[in-house]
Order: sequence, then C-alpha cells, then structure tokens
Amino acid sequence: MQLLGAGLGLKPEHYADACACVADGLWFEVHPENYMVGGGPRLDWLEAVGAQHPLSLHGVSLSLAADCAPDETHLQRLKALTERVRPALISEHLAWSSWRGNYHPDLLPFPRTTAALRRIAANIERTQEVLGQRIAIENPSHYLRFNQHEWDEIDFLAELSQRTGCGLLLDVNNVQVSAHNLGFDADAYLRRFPAAPIIEVHLAGHSQDDASSLLIDSHDAPVDAAVWALYRHLIERIGPRPTLIERDDKLPAFETLLAERTRAQQVLDEVRTWQ
Amino acid sequence: MNGSLAAFQDAFVAALTGAPDSAAGEVAALVGQPGFAVYRNTLAKGCVDALRANFPAVERLVGEEWFAAAAMLYAREMPPRSGPLLEYGEDFPAFLQGFEPARELPYLSGVAQLDRLWLEVFSAVEQPVLALAGLTTQNPEQLAQQALVLRAALRWRWFAELPVFSIWSCTRDGRVVSAELVWQGEGVLLSRSAGRIGWQPLERAGCAFLDACAAGRSLEQASEMALAVQPQLDFNDLLGRLLAAGAFAALAPTTPST
Repeated sequence: MQLLGAGLGLKPEHYADACACVADGLWFEVHPENYMVGGGPRLDWLEAVGAQHPLSLHGVSLSLAADCAPDETHLQRLKALTERVRPALISEHLAWSSWRGNYHPDLLPFPRTTAALRRIAANIERTQEVLGQRIAIENPSHYLRFNQHEWDEIDFLAELSQRTGCGLLLDVNNVQVSAHNLGFDADAYLRRFPAAPIIEVHLAGHSQDDASSLLIDSHDAPVDAAVWALYRHLIERIGPRPTLIERDDKLPAFETLLAERTRAQQVLDEVRTWQ
Repeated sequence: MNGSLAAFQDAFVAALTGAPDSAAGEVAALVGQPGFAVYRNTLAKGCVDALRANFPAVERLVGEEWFAAAAMLYAREMPPRSGPLLEYGEDFPAFLQGFEPARELPYLSGVAQLDRLWLEVFSAVEQPVLALAGLTTQNPEQLAQQALVLRAALRWRWFAELPVFSIWSCTRDGRVVSAELVWQGEGVLLSRSAGRIGWQPLERAGCAFLDACAAGRSLEQASEMALAVQPQLDFNDLLGRLLAAGAFAALAPTTPST
C-alpha cells in the first residue's frame, strides 16, 4: 500500500482539483454517510478520486457509544461502500448520535463508566467483524464536565484498543478544544497518549463562543497556531502518522487547504528524516 | 454512577430536544453548564443545514431566515431517522403543505417535492439506457405487448393546478420567475444520464404513460392510457422525448393476465 502522508477532507466543491492534484503521500477523507447512495455523480466522483489517491472513511453516525448494538442497516451500507471504494483507513468517534430510532446529528457525550466501556468495546468488535477491517476511534471534543466518569479518557481509549484491537485517531484540535473547555493541559494529555495504537491524526480549526468563552470544534477556520505546535511535539514523539486537515465549513479554495496540508507533510517529512 | 447508559441517554435526549428545566439527576448537572447549549446548537444546525442542502429551491424562494425557522419546527416534529442526511426531509413537502405561514405560497410544497425528486434522481443506482435501436429489433406487434422498464434515475410529477415546474426550474437556475407566468397545471420529467441531472416539461399524458409503465402495463396499454387522458397526443413524439431523456432501462415481457 502507498504510504499515507498528509491528507485532506474532500468536499464536492473540490472533486476536480482533488483528482488532478499530485503530491507524495496525499490522500482524501470523506464522511461515508454522504456516499451511502445507490449511484450517481457523487459516488462517481469518489471513485474517480479513489482511482488517483488513497481514501479514508470517517464516520459520524455509527453511534458506537449508544447503549445498543450498531444499526445493522447502517453497518451493511458502510460495508457496501467499503467494498466499493476499498479505503485505506476507516474511523469513527467515541460518541453517540442515534438513539431509539432517531438520529441526532452531533457527537454526544456520555459518562465513561466500565459498563459503557464494555458496551462500546462490543460495538467496535461488531463493526470490525462486519467490515472485516480494523477501525480507528477518535477522541471527541468536550464541552461538559461530568461527575460520573469512572475512567480517564486516555485510559478508556487505550483499554478499548487493548480489548478490540482497534486503532486510535488522535484529533489534536479536539484535545486543544477540550483542554481549554475543561481546564486541563493539552500538551500533558498528548504526552501521555499511547503512541502505538495511533493510526491517524486529525488537525482542524476551531472558533470561540464569546458568550461562554468556550472553544467550539467548528472546522470552519485554518488550523490554530497552538494546534500546529502541539502537532509538531506529538509527531516528534510518536513518529510520522497519516495526518488529515479537516475543513467542513467556510470552505476556502483548494490551494489554501493544500497549503495547510503541505505544512503537515513537511512536519512528517522532517521527522521521518531524523529517524 | 447511578442508572444505566441507556437511562442517561434517555434523559440527555429529553433535555436536548425538550424542556431542559425538567432534567433530573446527573443530566440536570450537565444542562446547567454553558456547554450544554453547544450540543443544542450543533443539533439544530445539523438538521437545518441538512434541509437547506436538500431543499435549495425552497430556501431561495422564502429566504434564509424563513427557511431556518420552518426547518427548526420541522426538525422538532420529524427529527432525522438515520445518519445519511441526504435522505432527510422525506415529509418536508407535506409539512409545508400544512404549514400556516406557507399559506400565501401554495406552490411551496410542490417546489419541495421537486427538490426531493431531484435528490432521488441524483442518488439512484446506475443502469444502462435503452436506446431507440433496442425497440426497433422487434416487430410492432411484439413490441406492443412488452413493458418498458423505467430507470431508477427517473422521476415525473403532474401538478394539476399550479405552474410548480416553471417556478422550481427558474429558481434552481437562479432566474427570476416571470411575471407573465400562466397559473395553470404543469408536469415535469427529471432524469439523469452520463452523470447529469436534467429536467423538462412533461404533459399530463406523458405522466399518465409513465404511471402505467411503472405499474408494469404493456406498451400498448400504457399508450392507450396516455391517449385516454389527452386524445390529441402525438405518441411517437412523446416516446422519442422519453427515449432521448434516458427514461427506460429495458424491455420486459408482460404476464398474459395484464
């Protein structure tokens, strides 16, 4: 398989640019939910981009942290898409969104208890069994303080990886956002995060909510300077990992995103040279 | 922690979508934090953005603010059922039909129906297109007893009273709806070929013909049904337009009883 360097989130506005772009290590990531269709131009474009570059499917609605098994129909649709585009990476979030037949389009929090751990581990195992592929689980952005957590987040993710063999997707922007909102040290968190299971890293921009002074994981801005600094420290410690620039809102020109992607690639290249 | 993960999720959803003041126990402690509003906002934005993406002509006609307000009410009544939000809004046209503030815009629900049909054509499975040459291999008697199988990426609709198609197509194209618009019924055909979605007017007889094809009627029966609706119809012209639009996937034998 081609070595995955720094990649970009793929948006319909940039399909043609993505197909034409040539860069070492470049790959593209999409939300599979947007491609769970019978056919048509969107799927054609994804296949066209996939013919040029490795792809990653980053799910937002499998709802692994809901207290129920993942929706079988959704799993089968994800499997069909996986078979069609053969992604190099598949990931999901440590969160829930579907509950009792309704889908709440957000990544919702939960108390990290041992019961939740058991449930999520079973859900990850079921997903990996259906897809026949290892998936990665992403640390979410936090906005609420829970008194009921029995587990620290890093220990919880490490234990999930231990039990299910899943990889971890470390979102550095989410760490920065959560550290600000919950009042912990982002750099200390990243230094403590186990290196071995990390199979993908995310970088994105955030915004500040003036009323609450919370940072919001809005994916509508360039990657913040503090996040770049955290990212460099992380890669220096753990070595190069496939890294994605995520942008979902206020989409700039493809070249602007590509410049951010090049910056991440430079960090990966520098660290690879030292090793 | 007291209670199960399921109980937590029940309470969290109730606080998120209903009255947060009524939250009890551990969820009450979360609702009181400023961060709870982030989830409420993200949830609302997710639903409204999905409807905005799926009903672009409706939004252009009513404006962002009106649309967002209607979409919020719809989302409260009919939240999404699953992750692929391209499918969200199945009942939005019916919701607009009964929506009091939309009474002044009697065509709005029809415009929403066409936005929805466009999405269905956009995301339907790929199929081969039956060309005219595929029909000419048979003699007319054989052909008359066969059924035309419609492509999945084909939709049509007859609006009996309002020029919904003219309003929708102008809006989709970013053109101003003509002041000389004739307020009468209209039909529309939406199809996809080579990855492009196209639309054109379709007369009432054409809609009746496609209804009959969809019901598995033979070409002979379907053409009779079309002519019954519109006796002066030029049937060959209609068939030519449908073939050019890539309306059919194949010919199939009909069962003797039909």
